[in-house]
Amino acid sequence: MEALAPPVSGLRRTRHRLDRLGDRTLLALTALAALVALITIALIIWQVAQAAWPAIRHSGIAFVWHSTWNPVTDVYGAREYVLGTLITSFGALLIAAPLSITIGLFLSELAPAAIRGPIGSLIDMLAAVPSVVIGLWGIYVMSPFIVQNIEPWLHSWFGFIPIFGPAYPAGVFPAMLVLAIMATPITSSICRELFVSVPRELEEAAIGLGATRWEMIKGVVVPQVKGGVVAAIILGLGRALGEAIAVTQVIGNGIPLKLSIFQPGVTLASQLANQYSSSISPLFTASLLYLALILLLITFAANLAAQRIVHRFERQRTN
Amino acid sequence: MVAAALVAIAVLAIVVGSVLVRALPALNLDFFTQGPALFGQNGGGIAPAIVGTLMLVAIAAAISVPIGVLSAIYVSEFAPKHIASQVRLWLDVLNGFPSIVIGIFVFALAIKTKLPILDIGHHQSAWAGGYALSIIMLPLISRTTMEVLALVPNHLREGSYALGISKWRTVLSIVLPSAISGIVTGTTLAVARAAGETAPLLFTCSFASQAVSWNPSQPVSSIPFTIFSYSESPSPDQHAQAWAAAFILIAFVLVTSLGARALLDRSRRRLGQV
Repeated sequence: MEALAPPVSGLRRTRHRLDRLGDRTLLALTALAALVALITIALIIWQVAQAAWPAIRHSGIAFVWHSTWNPVTDVYGAREYVLGTLITSFGALLIAAPLSITIGLFLSELAPAAIRGPIGSLIDMLAAVPSVVIGLWGIYVMSPFIVQNIEPWLHSWFGFIPIFGPAYPAGVFPAMLVLAIMATPITSSICRELFVSVPRELEEAAIGLGATRWEMIKGVVVPQVKGGVVAAIILGLGRALGEAIAVTQVIGNGIPLKLSIFQPGVTLASQLANQYSSSISPLFTASLLYLALILLLITFAANLAAQRIVHRFERQRTN
Repeated sequence: MVAAALVAIAVLAIVVGSVLVRALPALNLDFFTQGPALFGQNGGGIAPAIVGTLMLVAIAAAISVPIGVLSAIYVSEFAPKHIASQVRLWLDVLNGFPSIVIGIFVFALAIKTKLPILDIGHHQSAWAGGYALSIIMLPLISRTTMEVLALVPNHLREGSYALGISKWRTVLSIVLPSAISGIVTGTTLAVARAAGETAPLLFTCSFASQAVSWNPSQPVSSIPFTIFSYSESPSPDQHAQAWAAAFILIAFVLVTSLGARALLDRSRRRLGQV
């Protein structure tokens, strides 16, 4: 090639400058947009914390384990709500996790290839149903059915365990079911992708050594994706923790929490959804925002941990 | 194992079926064209809510589509690998934020500000509700756009560079148009999600008037919030209207989700063949 390039004419130089300017402008614009998306996260946490600050200064960290929430005497504590959130979400997980894992296994290993697509789409459609519709259905269709048929049966067989008390129209148990319905599509779709990502050679090697299909699933597929499945469950948990509308419609808003899961209860999110129209005192609003901050921190931590694991699996798969 | 998948599908069928059955008595022309009836009377409709939801979704899309598409272009065309994976991670984390906390965040912002133009701040408004919905839509639009941009074959870009076209021209005139149908379907999916969200609107746009309002500086009625408040009311007529509104919402959400996903698959296949 020539050692020196021929001198660039005036028009081409302008064109080069315009091109570089355009490149830099587009880079700056798009990088700014990406930054906006990231800054929003920090902004949300900071703003909620700032608005909750009067309550944090007033009640301190003891807010988390004080159980009184009394707007009349201006005394606030988050314990019932935190406990309620943990109990409903944990119960929802107990139902949703096994269900989602089996659905994921079914769609990746056992279903005939032709129906995998349609069934996967149907389950994704369940995720698309708005939560207020699930809540509406929960109040007028699911809850009456559960209260009239399932709860008395459970109470008659297992009533000696205090958590299975007498049936009651609104309660923690319907809320657990509703949350399980909402968490299952997310968890099952991630599980399905994880199971599909196990290399065929490993599976075929196991079968070649004489393993049955179940032994192959148990010995090869499951150990490979154990961490990812845990992450998928935590992501479903994150969905359940933050759900406000459907839960507040069926849970009955009962404080303090009782031992029986058929009695009404509360969660952080349901309290926020219930009190949106009240504004009793500045400390009340700040305490409400303190509740929101606790909910935000819990879901943020759960989501971040789970997403890091899921992304690591994705990177392993594409590498 | 088959039972597990059948349970999930059965739940979907039962929910859709119940909504359909219970919505029929209340679905009439009045429902779509009139406002709510006076207190204690039957009849009336949810016209203000339909208008309100349209406004909220339009505002949300106007904010989230540019930012979502631009950030996706950054991740797919400009960003080095480690920054790109960080942006994707944090967008997924944002996706998992509880929607009620996002509404409370906008509420906390609004208490403090008062913009003299547009009359934003200190009170609920459609702007506030739209902004909250845009935060929910942003990760969805961005991720889908990233996906379709990654599917645009590299030889299109390389051919363009070989012809001497600068990077920004390549992105805007070659890469983006190939991906446009995927971007549109991603936006449609995000719109379907935002149209059904209630929790962000509780704190930002719920004290609405009973008449059709096109003023974004004031709170507007919305379909999901109407379902929410009617579901807890003592009037059976309002219950029937709640089911009918739920039917509209479910029909819109399911039809757009199905259609958008089918279009996305089709554009994936077409891009793969180029």
